[in-house]
Amino acid sequence: MTTSLSWMIWPENPALSALVLALVAMAFLYAARRPVHELLAALGGLVGAPLRVAARWLVSTAAEMKSRNKAVLLAHARVEAESRIEREFERLAAMVRRDLQGYPTLQRKLLDEITRIEEDYRKCGEVPPPPPDWVEAVTAMANVRTGGGEMVQKILGEIKSSIDSIHDRALKEYRRSYESRHRILEGFMPFWRSVDRNLAEVNKKLADLQESAAAVDAQMAKYEGIVARTDKAEHALTVSAFTQFAIAFLVMAVAAGGAFINFKLIALPMSEMVGAGDYLTSSLRTSEVAALVIIFVEASMGLFLMEALRITHLFPRIATLSERMRRRMMWIALALLVTLAGVEAALALMRDVLIADKQALLQSLAAAPQAAATDGWVGRIPTAGQMLLGFILPFALAFVAIPLESLIHSTRTVGGVLLAALVGALALALRLASSIARRMARVLITLYDVVIVLPLLVEHLARKGFNLRRGTVHVDDSAWRRS
Amino acid sequence: MIRWMLPALLGALLAGCGDPRGHAHAVYVLVDTSGTYAQEAAKAQVIVNYLLGTLQPGDSLALARVESRSFSEKDIIAKATFDKRPSQANAQKRAFRDTTSGFLGGVKGSRHTDITGGLLQGAEFLNETGAGTKTLIVFSDMQEELDKVTVRDFPINLKNIRVVAVNVVKLKTDNIDPRRYFGRLEAWQKRVEGAGAAEWRVINDLERLDSIFRTTDRS
Repeated sequence: MTTSLSWMIWPENPALSALVLALVAMAFLYAARRPVHELLAALGGLVGAPLRVAARWLVSTAAEMKSRNKAVLLAHARVEAESRIEREFERLAAMVRRDLQGYPTLQRKLLDEITRIEEDYRKCGEVPPPPPDWVEAVTAMANVRTGGGEMVQKILGEIKSSIDSIHDRALKEYRRSYESRHRILEGFMPFWRSVDRNLAEVNKKLADLQESAAAVDAQMAKYEGIVARTDKAEHALTVSAFTQFAIAFLVMAVAAGGAFINFKLIALPMSEMVGAGDYLTSSLRTSEVAALVIIFVEASMGLFLMEALRITHLFPRIATLSERMRRRMMWIALALLVTLAGVEAALALMRDVLIADKQALLQSLAAAPQAAATDGWVGRIPTAGQMLLGFILPFALAFVAIPLESLIHSTRTVGGVLLAALVGALALALRLASSIARRMARVLITLYDVVIVLPLLVEHLARKGFNLRRGTVHVDDSAWRRS
Repeated sequence: MIRWMLPALLGALLAGCGDPRGHAHAVYVLVDTSGTYAQEAAKAQVIVNYLLGTLQPGDSLALARVESRSFSEKDIIAKATFDKRPSQANAQKRAFRDTTSGFLGGVKGSRHTDITGGLLQGAEFLNETGAGTKTLIVFSDMQEELDKVTVRDFPINLKNIRVVAVNVVKLKTDNIDPRRYFGRLEAWQKRVEGAGAAEWRVINDLERLDSIFRTTDRS
């Protein structure tokens, strides 16, 4: 109690004691105002300045990382685009060679057919011979008046019969002529069809060619964008890399599931080979490690096979091998893969045998009689299924090389972008922290002034009176605060 | 990354190779064949069968009887360290079952009960196996009766051995005064734990044998 009241000047009057002490403290605080302000400002700078420097460094690092990411991304995309364009041109060249090398022959054939059609057409255009000139004479004679003369009538009758026979002959001739022209026209049909077919074929080939040329154009446009290092190209490539990453990751996850099934299939029978009681670590059996090693070896063989087939390009050394060596490597990898697949099938069979043996032992140990095992072909289905799975899974795992390559390539871009974003975010956080530290110092300075507001008010009034006496008035209220 | 992965892998390999039996399990089953408890001996086959079905390749199992004086290798009826290959281990298990079923089917009662001698013999066997986990199963009423010549009142060593008393039947006197039964169990627990045993457990329900290998959580 005594200690708690020791600060009081007048213990019987705490309020007065507190007021006097506050006034005294205020006076001291006012006296120490400038150094305290400077101290708080210095503290703000002490905390804020290094943070600001670090933020600037991080910003520049992020920019550098972005620039490097862009350079790597564009360089990789450039190589890829070049190889794609090369392949497109090769395809185009092959198409031109295949489709258009017979074009002169086709053209000659078309010209021949067209010439023949023209000739035939011309033949069709030939008019049948006009009726002889004497027809007019006959007409004149027909207008002659018979006058009832028997002689004349007879002559005219003779003339009529002659003319009728001539007319019949002319008509027959005319019909024959038309028939021959119809035959010519009928003979047109195959040529027309042939011309139509040939032209359709030419049209299709040209359309294909045009399509391929359009694909090359698109690739070239992309390539030009990459060479020009445009932001649009970079953005498109980054998005593409993210998509590739997601797809490759998904496929790899599926492959991991397959590998896990494979592992379960061969882990137990491997214990028959390397022993079941040996451990590499506290929880990792040697047989499990051996099974994992086999799976990894299979995946490696698949990788080499894909490299040798030039489907993936993870190993430059394999890509630069001679054709002969590459083929040898391909056959070796395939042979090893087939061997391992055979081993896995055998292990799957052994697994089934071991499980059956264990089951039989447990049944013999159990007091109660157990249900009889299913015999016959139905009972063999799981065994056959396991063996088939054991044989197929290594080949399925071989294809992991393709998504693996995509994953590796896209991880560089995705990782780079994420890292740059992280560094940028860190820079922003440091910048914010720096700003908060500086602002906090200012807030503390203002708070300090709030505490000693009475002396400051007195100073302000005194300064105002002094200025009035000198004839100058400063109305700015903030001026006395900053003084 | 490779710089630290390689030593870690090598370290793990060496650590694993240095203690090949560290993960093995050794079990020694003591079957009381004295007095009236000899009638219970046939039930021990249930435990043996359970153990044969549970133990893994590389583990060890032995079955011994408790007689008037049990500190002798002659009292071990069957013992086996199972092969690391599962198929061979299964064959060994079948042979073990045949041997033990022959013995347990025709047990003759002994006059005295030397449980301490059996424990000493069992501890010796378990320590020799070098297994990481050692379990001593005592199939008995835990009523020790020694002749006048046999000396067993000295400290025994059961360090790192789990002791499980199974089928501890109540005697007629226990029924009169149950405190005798609990006192007997308490005395054995005190003696076993005093001998450095890793754990003491009593299992009277033969349907709950899975708790033989379940270690007590002391945390």
